[in-house]
Amino acid sequence: MTTTDRPAAPPVRTHKEDRTWVGRSIRRVEDPKFLRGRGGYIGDMTVPGMLYAAVLRSPHAHAVIAGIDVVEALAAPGVHAVITGEQAAELCDPLPDFGPNPAAHTWRCLAVDKVRYVGEGVAVVVADSRYLAEDALALIEVEYEPLPAVVDPERALEDGAPLVHDDLGSNCAYERTFDFGDVERDFAEADVIVTDRLRWHRSGGQPLETVGAVADFDHATGALTVHTNSLSFTSYLFMVAGTMKIPANKLDIRPVPAGGSFGSKLFATKPAVIAGMCSRQVGRPVQYLEDRVDNMSNCDHHGSDRVYDVRLAVMRDGTIRGVDIDTVEDYGAYIQFGVGHHGNALAQVVGPYAMTSVRYRVRAALTNKNQQGAYRGFGSEVNNWMLEQMVDKAARELDLDPVELRRRNFIREFPHFIPTGNVYDSGDYDAVLDKALELSEYKRWRIEQAKAREEGRCIGIGLITAQERSVFSATEFWFWFDEPGAPVTSMPESVTLKVDATGGITATLYSCAFWGNSPETMVAQLVAEEFDCDPHDVSIVYQGSKNGLPATGPGGSRTTVMLAGAVEGATAKIKAKALRAAAHLLEANPDDLEWVDGGYQVKGVPEQRKSLADIAVMLHLFKHSFPEDMESGLEDSKVFDHPYTTMPSADRTDLGVFYPFMGHACHVPVVEVDLETGSVSFLAYAAVHDCGTLVNPRSLAGHIVGGTAQGIGTALYEEFVYDDDGQLLTSSFLDYLIPSAMEVPELRIAHHETPSPYTLHGIKGGGEGGRMMAPAAINVAVNDALAHLGVRVTELPITPDRLRAAIRAAESARGRE
Amino acid sequence: MQRHEVTLTVNGRTSTVSVEPRKLLVDVLREDLGLSGAHIGCEHGVCGTCTVLRDGRSIRSCTTFAVQVDGAEIRTVEGLADGAELHPLQDEFWDKQGLQCGFCTPGMLMRACEIVEQKPDVSREEVREGIASNLCRCTGYQFITDAVCAAAARMHSGSSETSGAQA
Repeated sequence: MTTTDRPAAPPVRTHKEDRTWVGRSIRRVEDPKFLRGRGGYIGDMTVPGMLYAAVLRSPHAHAVIAGIDVVEALAAPGVHAVITGEQAAELCDPLPDFGPNPAAHTWRCLAVDKVRYVGEGVAVVVADSRYLAEDALALIEVEYEPLPAVVDPERALEDGAPLVHDDLGSNCAYERTFDFGDVERDFAEADVIVTDRLRWHRSGGQPLETVGAVADFDHATGALTVHTNSLSFTSYLFMVAGTMKIPANKLDIRPVPAGGSFGSKLFATKPAVIAGMCSRQVGRPVQYLEDRVDNMSNCDHHGSDRVYDVRLAVMRDGTIRGVDIDTVEDYGAYIQFGVGHHGNALAQVVGPYAMTSVRYRVRAALTNKNQQGAYRGFGSEVNNWMLEQMVDKAARELDLDPVELRRRNFIREFPHFIPTGNVYDSGDYDAVLDKALELSEYKRWRIEQAKAREEGRCIGIGLITAQERSVFSATEFWFWFDEPGAPVTSMPESVTLKVDATGGITATLYSCAFWGNSPETMVAQLVAEEFDCDPHDVSIVYQGSKNGLPATGPGGSRTTVMLAGAVEGATAKIKAKALRAAAHLLEANPDDLEWVDGGYQVKGVPEQRKSLADIAVMLHLFKHSFPEDMESGLEDSKVFDHPYTTMPSADRTDLGVFYPFMGHACHVPVVEVDLETGSVSFLAYAAVHDCGTLVNPRSLAGHIVGGTAQGIGTALYEEFVYDDDGQLLTSSFLDYLIPSAMEVPELRIAHHETPSPYTLHGIKGGGEGGRMMAPAAINVAVNDALAHLGVRVTELPITPDRLRAAIRAAESARGRE
Repeated sequence: MQRHEVTLTVNGRTSTVSVEPRKLLVDVLREDLGLSGAHIGCEHGVCGTCTVLRDGRSIRSCTTFAVQVDGAEIRTVEGLADGAELHPLQDEFWDKQGLQCGFCTPGMLMRACEIVEQKPDVSREEVREGIASNLCRCTGYQFITDAVCAAAARMHSGSSETSGAQA
């Protein structure tokens, strides 16, 4: 397939101008229960007869399990069962795994034969209380035979490195190089090739609530019911049934609100499987809820951990021609999502810049660490950081203004297909940049910076312009393989709308409960927009997987767009029936009726009118007043499939459209670096985002501030540090430093709205944007503060010791001159 | 293990519970008294989602044994609202979107309650410093700060009106 024979884009939509509820910062409908401490989280759930599970974790990074003695633990007070990894392997099949070769890097709920990282579970105890379960854990005797650990991802790929998985025969789980466009020509013709080596260390979502499940296996029916705060792909839950060795129609997964996720509860199946396995074993409901150490060391959701060697092909005038990326990613001991994180990066790999070629080489290294999962950005935030460091370095090497260099390369015509084949649906990067320059008082800060420098103070301004893709299709997980054996995946989302006999509306959602975003508010606003009611009068309920419609769940900033499409579709069906009913009741032709302010009325004759409640009561109770083919009730559903995704080409020179609704942002932090201590503080921070049409501006602003706070953590504080022996040194919040109110500055936020041509109201997703921008911007700011001293930081997080080391290195380099 | 009788007055209601000496206050509140508002986040006293007030001062209920607070007066998030009427702090958290996932919210509200009760004319900077005792992973603290300041102003002026107009 070439660029000329792409499948047609969806039709371009027109968006209504006079919106009533979409675009208003209403109070969130979810909030009252949380404000009253009645959130109904998984830890709040009690079931009669419920027991509690606790998992024994490995203290070794890599060791053979020579034996486990559970006799004493089994005899301990209140203990109902102890299940070792070996027993678990008989009770359950391996966990659902999208990795490249699951048979050779097999992932189970508890380790069998050997442990592969500190924190990996080796046995589980079920007892009357969590206290008693933990007492019994201390009585389990495990005989370990320690093995050498492999911790550094590049060393892991060297010959002779200790093998994390013997069956794989290597620690390289996956390797591939893609070329898009004419890479050779762009680099041959470049005036300057900017090169750098960059290192992004691992952090993670670390929501304040850990992952948990309450499982209840009914031996009478063979049915397993699991309540969990995992944001599971409802459509893929049959895989959990497979792990549990039960028929998929005997599994019901019921969502409960999640106390934060940030990706880290995405398809978190292990706690549900452990609880389910235990419940089946003891014949009673069992709660397994990770404690903080479980979560930090064993959550399967550490974030990206990358080494980059990058080349950027640039012309003297600042035109960027292409980028050549060679990255090694440290996936840890397993690789449940494959290299989907790099697929994600490829959705926006060139940023907002009109470059014509991309080379992307990825090597996935397995090491003795907890595995990667998802963290807000899913790997594209790392690409943003890498690209912006390179663009910034290009500006310095070419002695060009960093703002003008960026502006010179902006994409300005949309829809725009980037070299990888993904489309950017719409955007106005100049407008966002202009707004950010004004909001941040960029010029004033440049003057302040010059003044401060005369006083010996190091102030830096970190302007970056970058992308925030939204609404994934699953292509990014499988286009790495030449024979996916499947057509393009549609990743649906569903909504049922029910109008009761009084005209009250209830919306049913299917893929998840709530995870800190506001699906209920957003659906309520969209329903209110369609039906002219008050969003706070819309009821929202959640359905379990067993009675569910196809649904994928949150991830990749998809929920708002997908639920909007589902609400629109369900509304259309309901209004069609209501229109017919109204026409019948008014003895009018349906073509002569119009929807006005919550009801149907005869055009030009507003007194001839039936409100939605008038229509609904008739449809609920008086079916025989209507034509034979009309059924009682006023309820309908819409399964909304991804509106714009296309197949990759067979030769993978074009990956197709897989992340089409492209947001954009410009972040401008102003920092001051203390040369003596290596600390970084914020003097100002401005952020302008364009996520298309806004549904609830304050909610989005909240995500921008919160995501930026996480980005500050990634840039300056947070790191899962493993020592050379694979010990996790940061396994509590005392060591793993989450920014507090004293570290996060007040943000100035502005929105720009470039509607998507392809979605309802022109909405794009925006839940990840803050964290996708902040690390890049802060790194640029720190380098801007220290460039005159010859300091350039290329490693995140920029902890005081790393920054001091960079300052010292520059001082000694200057001393040698 | 030997059990101890502990008498607590929680949100004005006095209860006596029989607990092991190792049982944490947060577990007594959640399991014995049915008050699940105080959450368990880190279990080592850092995150603050378990924050409750003991005799008016905030404590970490996840690092406090119930036997340590025998006879104390405890206030939890469940005691903030007056029936259907939200406390000004709750109302302003709602209005300013001072919460997202809601998990830190009970602890944050109780810490904020302590701050505004101790210093009715608290400044924005003091609020920021004050709530730095508690982690929030969602909001980046800005809208929490907005909410606490707005609630403090309302409580200080004695107004029960909502300060924020709804868009």
